[in-house]
Amino acid sequence: MSTDHSAHSESGHGGAGAYAIGFVLAVILTAASFMIVMGHSLSPSGTLMAISVLAAIQVVVHLIFFLHMNTTAEAKWNNNVFLFTLMFVAIFIVGTLFIMDNTAAHMMSR
Amino acid sequence: MAHDTTTADAHAEHEHHELPTVFGFWVYLMTDCIIFGSLFAVFAVLHNQFDGGPTGKELFEISGLALETALLLISSITYGFGMIAAHKGEVKSVMMWLAVTFFLGLGFVFLEVKEFAHMIAEGAGPDRSAFLSAFFTLVSTHGLHVSCGLIWIVTLIVQLAGTTAIPERMMNKLTMLSLFWHFLDIVWICVFTYVYLASMI
Repeated sequence: MSTDHSAHSESGHGGAGAYAIGFVLAVILTAASFMIVMGHSLSPSGTLMAISVLAAIQVVVHLIFFLHMNTTAEAKWNNNVFLFTLMFVAIFIVGTLFIMDNTAAHMMSR
Repeated sequence: MAHDTTTADAHAEHEHHELPTVFGFWVYLMTDCIIFGSLFAVFAVLHNQFDGGPTGKELFEISGLALETALLLISSITYGFGMIAAHKGEVKSVMMWLAVTFFLGLGFVFLEVKEFAHMIAEGAGPDRSAFLSAFFTLVSTHGLHVSCGLIWIVTLIVQLAGTTAIPERMMNKLTMLSLFWHFLDIVWICVFTYVYLASMI
């Protein structure tokens, strides 16, 4: 990794190029989400699936091009904390939905 | 400081090392991520509890949402241009880009407050249903963060005014605000996808 010095400094600092690529990708992904919803061409569950995938890709684009996340040794602790947070949030969002859905089903509150 | 950091080269070399303050701020952002995660979980549970009141489909307008999203997205890249200028040590240019970012962010907050006022006037305030309570809590928490970001931007513009170089300490502040601002844009991606667009399907 240390041999690839120029690539490292580019991703770490985020040159104009990196910001431009990130911005163009973000605009395309956002526009795609809006158009899918406005077009009504997919089924409701299909639309939700599609915009979820687009949102996930856009989050990754922002993390790489705007927040300059990378896999260098230097960023190791940033990434560790990030992955822990991601796991934590995933567990409690999925867990909350699972428990509350189950409760609603048993109490016939829907 | 023993070594000279005034030249652009030395400065760039210096920036290479992850600074403890920036890492600490990253950890704060991760805890903020947990706050937003829990608010999203609440919204996910309550998003169908209308209590006979208005639904998201009736309340949300896609044109206003598109404008808010565009303002925030453009403000992300203008802040990016500010960071590029900061790495080159161009103080005037940094201040100009910060000001542009400030007005884009202000526009976003203005549109959001207008939307909220309109909804409350229509009787669709946070007290109307569980769905609206969850909606207002989640979206206004994000809006409050953006407002704090705006205050922060003004603070840095004032601190930069009259200076001719960007010392390491100022670079740290700009880097942390950059992380904060881009993080809020990421939260907004989840808001417009799961709160607005998902309600309009």
